[in-house]
Amino acid sequence: MSNIKEQESGVIGKLRNRLKGVDLRQNAIFLALLTLIAYFAVTTPNHASLTPDNWSNLVVQNGYILVLAIGMVMIIIAGHIDLSVGSVAAFIGAVSGILAVRPLEQNGWDWLPASPWFVAILGAIIIGALVGMWQGFWVAYVGIPAFIVTLAGMLLFRGLALMTLQNSNIGPFPDAFRAIGNGFVDKENTLGKDFGIESHNLVALIITAVGILALLWSSFATRRGRIKYSQSVEPRTWFFVKNALLAVMIGFVGNKLSQSSGIPWTLVLLIFLIVIYTVIMKQTTFGRHIYAIGGNLHAAVLSGINVRRVNFWLFVNMGMLSALSGILITARMNSAVPKAGDGFELDAISSVFIGGASVQGGVGTVTGSIVGGMIQGVLGNGMNLNSVGIDFQMTIKGLVLLFAVAFDVWSKRRTK
Amino acid sequence: MTENILEMKNITKTFPGVNALTDVTLKVKRGEIHAICGENGAGKSTLMKVLSGVYPHGTYDGDIVFENEVLNLKNIRDSEHLGIVIIHQELALSPYLSIAENIFLNNEIKSRGLIDWNKTGLEAQKLLAKVGLSEDPNTPVNKIGVGKQQLVEIAKALSKRVKLLILDEPTAALNDADSAHLLDLLRQFKSQGMTCIIISHKLNEIAAIADQTTIIRDGFVIETLDMHADKVDQERIIKGMVGREMNNRYPAREPKIGDEVFRIENWMVHHPDDHERVVVDQANLNVKAGEIVGLAGIMGAGRTELARSVFGHSWGAKISGSVFVNGKEVNVKTVRRAIDAGIAYSTEDRKRFGLNLLDDIKRNISIASLEDFTKRGLVNANEEFKVGSEYRESMNIKAPSANSIVGKLSGGNQQKVVLSQWINVDPEILILDEPTRGIDVGAKYEIYTIIQELASRGKAVLVISSELPELLGICDRIYAIAEGVITGEVARKDFSPELLMQYMTTVKEVSNV
Repeated sequence: MSNIKEQESGVIGKLRNRLKGVDLRQNAIFLALLTLIAYFAVTTPNHASLTPDNWSNLVVQNGYILVLAIGMVMIIIAGHIDLSVGSVAAFIGAVSGILAVRPLEQNGWDWLPASPWFVAILGAIIIGALVGMWQGFWVAYVGIPAFIVTLAGMLLFRGLALMTLQNSNIGPFPDAFRAIGNGFVDKENTLGKDFGIESHNLVALIITAVGILALLWSSFATRRGRIKYSQSVEPRTWFFVKNALLAVMIGFVGNKLSQSSGIPWTLVLLIFLIVIYTVIMKQTTFGRHIYAIGGNLHAAVLSGINVRRVNFWLFVNMGMLSALSGILITARMNSAVPKAGDGFELDAISSVFIGGASVQGGVGTVTGSIVGGMIQGVLGNGMNLNSVGIDFQMTIKGLVLLFAVAFDVWSKRRTK
Repeated sequence: MTENILEMKNITKTFPGVNALTDVTLKVKRGEIHAICGENGAGKSTLMKVLSGVYPHGTYDGDIVFENEVLNLKNIRDSEHLGIVIIHQELALSPYLSIAENIFLNNEIKSRGLIDWNKTGLEAQKLLAKVGLSEDPNTPVNKIGVGKQQLVEIAKALSKRVKLLILDEPTAALNDADSAHLLDLLRQFKSQGMTCIIISHKLNEIAAIADQTTIIRDGFVIETLDMHADKVDQERIIKGMVGREMNNRYPAREPKIGDEVFRIENWMVHHPDDHERVVVDQANLNVKAGEIVGLAGIMGAGRTELARSVFGHSWGAKISGSVFVNGKEVNVKTVRRAIDAGIAYSTEDRKRFGLNLLDDIKRNISIASLEDFTKRGLVNANEEFKVGSEYRESMNIKAPSANSIVGKLSGGNQQKVVLSQWINVDPEILILDEPTRGIDVGAKYEIYTIIQELASRGKAVLVISSELPELLGICDRIYAIAEGVITGEVARKDFSPELLMQYMTTVKEVSNV
C-alpha cells in the first residue's frame, strides 16, 4: 500500500525525476567547494584567486596537509585518532635535513656524509615507518588508546625534532630534493618551445588531458561493470552532467597551471597517492578490514580479522605519510626547522571530518577528506587574498568545521 | 470514568515510502494485561513509540485518548509525566551506576537542591521489595544478571507512579525461572490495578498471562482476541499473525546422519577475569555429518562460553582440551585458524558481535570469506553484489537489494545475513548460538528450514538455545549443560522436556575443602 505520488509536471518536475536517486549528501561538500571557489573569484581584488600563480600556490601550500589527511581518514575510519602527525613531520623534516645536507658541524653529525636526494627521501620515509611501528605497537599490541599514545607522541617527536636540530635550522637543500615541494614538471616548457607554444606549458596540458581521459574511462568502466551485474546506477542525466562538470573543472585547473609554471611535482605525488589509497580503501582486503573494524570491532574479531595487525599497519602507514608530509614542507621551506608542522594534526583531522567521516568510526572516504582539505585550503587562501586578519580566519575555520559536521549529522538524521 | 484507560483511534503513521501504521485502533481496559503480537516489522514498536511520545503529536494522524483526555505529547517526558512508562527490549540502564542511582536517574530525590542519598537508598529498597529483588541498592547494575536488571527497570518504572506499563519483549533475554518470576510479578501488579501492555514473541507466555491480545500485521490491526474465550490458544494467535494456520511450527525432515565431523575432548575454560573460576569443565561432545545437535542450558550455564572458546579462543582464559574436525586435531587458537579448520560460529547477539550495522548486506556477507572475492589483491565488488543477491534470494532476506544497509533491516532479516555470512565460508561445522532470538514466528520457521537444509547438505550443526521446545523440535540429539558441566545427552527417541530440564538443573555437589 505505497502511496503513489502524483507525477510532477513542468520543467522542475521533470528535472526532479531525472535526478531521482542522486545522493545529495555525498555531493554536498563538493558543491560547497565549488561555491567557495566562485565566491572568492568574485570577491578577491582583481579576481586574484583565479590567477594561474594562485592556483599553483594553492596546490603546493596544501599538499602536505592533504597527504596527512589521507592517512588520517584511514586511522579515523578504524576508530582511532592521531595527534602526533605534525610533530612526526617536524622530526622527519629534521632527519631529512641531516641526511640530505652536509650537517652542521657543531651538532656532532659531521661524521655523516650528505647523501643523494633519493637516499635522503627513502631514509626519511623508513624512519617514518619506524615511528609508526613504535606508535602502532602501543596501540595494537599493548592496547593503549590511540589518543593517549599519539598525545605522548606529539610531545615525544617534537622533543626529538628539537634534539636533532639543536635549536638551529638545517638548509639550504639540494635542488633535486627541493623539487618535490617546490618544483614543476618541465618548468622551462622545453617541450612547448619545441612546438612553438610559449603561452602554455605543453606538458601540463598533456597531463591534464590524460587525467581527464583516465577519469572518464574509470567512471564509464565502473558504471558498465555495475550495469552488467544489474546493480543500481546513478541516473544517466546526472552521470553525464557530473562527469562533464568534473572534466571541465580539471581542464580549468590544468589550463590555469599551464599558464603558470606547469604542474607541481607535489600535485603529481598527491594524485598518485589519492588513486592508490582510494583503491586500497575500496578494493583491497586491508581497506575493507579497516571499515569492518570501525563499524563493529567485536564483529570484526569474530569474522576472523586480525585486528591487531590491521591497527599496527595503519599506524605504520600513517608514520610513512607523516614522513612524506615532513619532506614536502621541508623541501618547500628549503630548511628543516624545529617549529615545522605545528598544528598540522588539527588541519588534517578537520579535513577528514569536513569530508564526511564519522567520529565513531566506520565511515569516511579518501576523496571526501581531500575535498574537505581543499575547502579549508581555498578558504584560507581566499581570506588571505582578501586581507582578512588571522583572528577572523581562525574563527571562521572553526565555525566551518562545526557547521560542516552539524550538516552531516542533520542530513543523516533526516534520511533515517 | 470509562472502562478503557487507553484508546488509540485511527492512528496512521507514514515514513517516506512506507505506511508503518494504517488506521490502527487499540483499546486497553483499565487493569488488564493487554498483549500485542505481530511479526517483526509489523508495526508494534512504531505503535508504542507513538504512544510514548517518541514520535510527537502531529507526526501521525489519529488521536490518543488516555484517561478520557486527548493527548498532545511532545516527548517521552510528557508521557512519563502522565504515568505511561515503556521498558524497551534493550535495557536503558547505566552499567557503572548503582541500582538505586539507576532507579532514580533523572528523577532524583532531593532536599534543598542536593540529592538525599539516605532517602534514595530507603525508597530504592522499598521498590526492590515490590519487584521481589533482594539486592543491595548500592550494587552497580553491571554486577547483576540480565533478569535482575529487568526487575530494576520495572522498579524504576514504579518510582514514576506508573499507570500504564509497556513492556517490549521483557523475557527475550531471560531464562525460564526469571521469566516465570517476571510473569508472576505482572499478575501481582494486575491484582493491584495496574494496566500493562506487553509485546512478546513468546506466545506461551502471552497465552498464560494476557487478558486480551491485539494482533498487528503489515501496519493493520487484524483482530483483538479475548484470551479468556474458548479455543483461543497459541495456534489461534499464530494464525492471526501469519495469516495462515501453522500446524507445524517445525518443518518435517528425514535426517541422514553420516560420520563424525566435530568432536571436542576434555575442554576446559576459565573465566577471563578470574582465572581460578572454571566456566567449562571437562566437556566432551561430538556432532556428525548431517546431524543437528542441540546444546541446552539455562543462562550462565556456559553454553556461549563453550562455543566462543572453541571458536578461536574468542572468550575465556587458560583454555585446554582438544578439538577435532573430520578426525584430525585442529588448532583453534585464533578465529582465523578456527575458520580455516572448518568451524563457523554465529553469535547470540547479532547487533553487538555479528554485524557491521553501518555497512550493506553484500559486504556483511563477504567479510569472513573476503579472500574468495579477491583476485590479484583486489576485491571484486560486483562479484560480492552477485553473491549477496543470491543469498538475498535464497534466504528470502527482505530488502530492496544487496546494497541495502543492514542496520535498517528487521531482526529476522539481520539474522539471515549473519547466517549467510557463515554459510558462505563453507564450514564443516556451524555453531549457531540462539539463531532465533528476538525474531518472529514466520522468520523462525524459515531459519529452521535453513538449518535443516544445511544438515541435509552434510554439514554438522550445533544449535545453542534457551528455548527448549525449539531444540526438541529441530534437533536429532541434545546435550544438556549445567554450571559448565555436560550433564546429559539425549537422543531424539528419548526426548522429553522433563528429562532435559532435570539435566539442565543438575547442580554440582559442593565439596567441603
